[in-house]
Amino acid sequence: MVADPVNGEARAIHPLHAVLLAFPLPLFLGALLSDVAYWRTFHVQWSNFASWLIAGGLLVGAFAVLWSFINLFRGGRRHRGRRLAYFAALLAAWGLGFVNALVHGKDAWAVMPEGLLLSAAVSVLALVATWIGYSGFRTGQTS
Amino acid sequence: MKRSTFLLGAAGLALSACEGESEGSQYGADPRLPDPRRGLLPTMRIPRPAQWGDDRPIVPRGYTVTPIATDLRIPRQTLVLPNGDILVAEGAGGGEPTLRPKDLIANIIKALGKTSVRGGNRLTLLRDADGDGTYEARGVFAGDLNAPYGLALIDGALYVANQDAVVRFDYREGQTEASGPPARFVALPSAINHHWTKAMAASPDGRFLYVGIGSNSNITERGMDAEIDRAMIWQIDARTGAHRPYATGLRNPTALTFRPGTDQLWAVANERDEIGSNLVPDYLTSVREGGFYGWPYSYWGQNVDMRAQPQNPERVAAAIRPDYALGSHVAALGVAFSSPAMGPDFAEGVFVGEHGSWNRSTPAGYRVVFVPFRDGRPAGDPIDFVSGFLNRDGNTRGRPVGVTLDPRGALLVADDLSNTVWRVAPDRAGAAPAGRGEAPQVR
Repeated sequence: MVADPVNGEARAIHPLHAVLLAFPLPLFLGALLSDVAYWRTFHVQWSNFASWLIAGGLLVGAFAVLWSFINLFRGGRRHRGRRLAYFAALLAAWGLGFVNALVHGKDAWAVMPEGLLLSAAVSVLALVATWIGYSGFRTGQTS
Repeated sequence: MKRSTFLLGAAGLALSACEGESEGSQYGADPRLPDPRRGLLPTMRIPRPAQWGDDRPIVPRGYTVTPIATDLRIPRQTLVLPNGDILVAEGAGGGEPTLRPKDLIANIIKALGKTSVRGGNRLTLLRDADGDGTYEARGVFAGDLNAPYGLALIDGALYVANQDAVVRFDYREGQTEASGPPARFVALPSAINHHWTKAMAASPDGRFLYVGIGSNSNITERGMDAEIDRAMIWQIDARTGAHRPYATGLRNPTALTFRPGTDQLWAVANERDEIGSNLVPDYLTSVREGGFYGWPYSYWGQNVDMRAQPQNPERVAAAIRPDYALGSHVAALGVAFSSPAMGPDFAEGVFVGEHGSWNRSTPAGYRVVFVPFRDGRPAGDPIDFVSGFLNRDGNTRGRPVGVTLDPRGALLVADDLSNTVWRVAPDRAGAAPAGRGEAPQVR
């Protein structure tokens, strides 16, 4: 009764992998919302929140990136394109998120507007990566 | 072999903004100010601590430098008492909370350039009873202080500016130990204390104390609320303790003094970081009563700093240009007017202790300069008076803080890295001529 991807059984990502992948999108999205709040209010505490949220997204997200990378080499040829797309999107979100963390290391309003724009871009990339990731690497319909 | 420097940014990673760093035009009343810029990382170079060995700081020909006290616990400022005794304020303050991931990392990096000794929180007294320039007696005048920095004596009262309050001791001439614990005189703004040093000077008539209170951030990144009662100089009535802001908008006024024979207060102040190697020049200035010097809204007059939001065009328009630029990131922490006792070449002007930069790929500061004066105003480029702190590897053997004139004819330099007080004096007639400092001729 082993799941057989070749013969078309659905296969979700490993539960621990799923937990790791659950972090980046909400944290990066929270950073975006915090940046919006800073943009509108000039209250620098919002910028501090954004910095920590980004750092959290990067910290947990790094393990998800690692997992998705290892997955590239497991599971044979099926869905290879999908695994690659997942890895690429997650890596892009993480890489741009890291740049965003450095931008958020600037003082006060020096974060703006780059920080806000980057937070938006990172959130979109994280959404894409999460979407692909949770879509699973199922075989789809039996053919 | 210890790595010579901690170098991040600049070349290679191409993360930092590349920029020319010639600073020759950044002295005086009209420094050249480039456009602000910053890469993904601030430009950083932290010279690491090194040992003096047999070397000594370099002083001009005809002068001798002597370590008169070593193994201190972070000496910052000194005060020469009427009988010639020297008080040394030792300590380290601050302790601001970590607000951002950046704070964690920046604190680790900046600590690389500091001493590992713990601050003394005390005043040490040095005595040279026979006047030969050797301070043979040493003792703790007072302990249990809280990061003492500014020192002032008015008649029989010794005032010490802790990082959170001005305290007062009774003082009799010749005393080697405080007769009791200090009396709390005036509380000072101390929440967060990003810039914790409280510089202090007494007016010549003894009526007022002036205390420098630095900003609580580089450029308002801890919020505007944290800057209430910060980045200003207080005038405190020495009799009643009543106080008011005397001048504002000085980001970090780190040393105050009066020009002898006048009622004019002077200050050195440290300007903002992270907008380039050549921004913003630290400065020496006469302090105008009621004057506003720009921080945080603008620098060097009307140069707007976009990082401070919401902006305040009215304050920008009111901002005073300081008198004299000392160069960017030199970190001026000490100021003292000279006198003819220092010799004809250095008779008229001020000495400035420059702790040295971190926010530059070529270190600046790490020396004591002499700014010549004419007719009571700065006139001419700074001249190295005590230098050679940086060694050939780009490490540093010391970092000057407070400078104080001993009226007998010597400059005292507190060094908070090698935990030494240096004394630089003109050679007396008949004494052997001093070499260029490198010679280990401590008598």
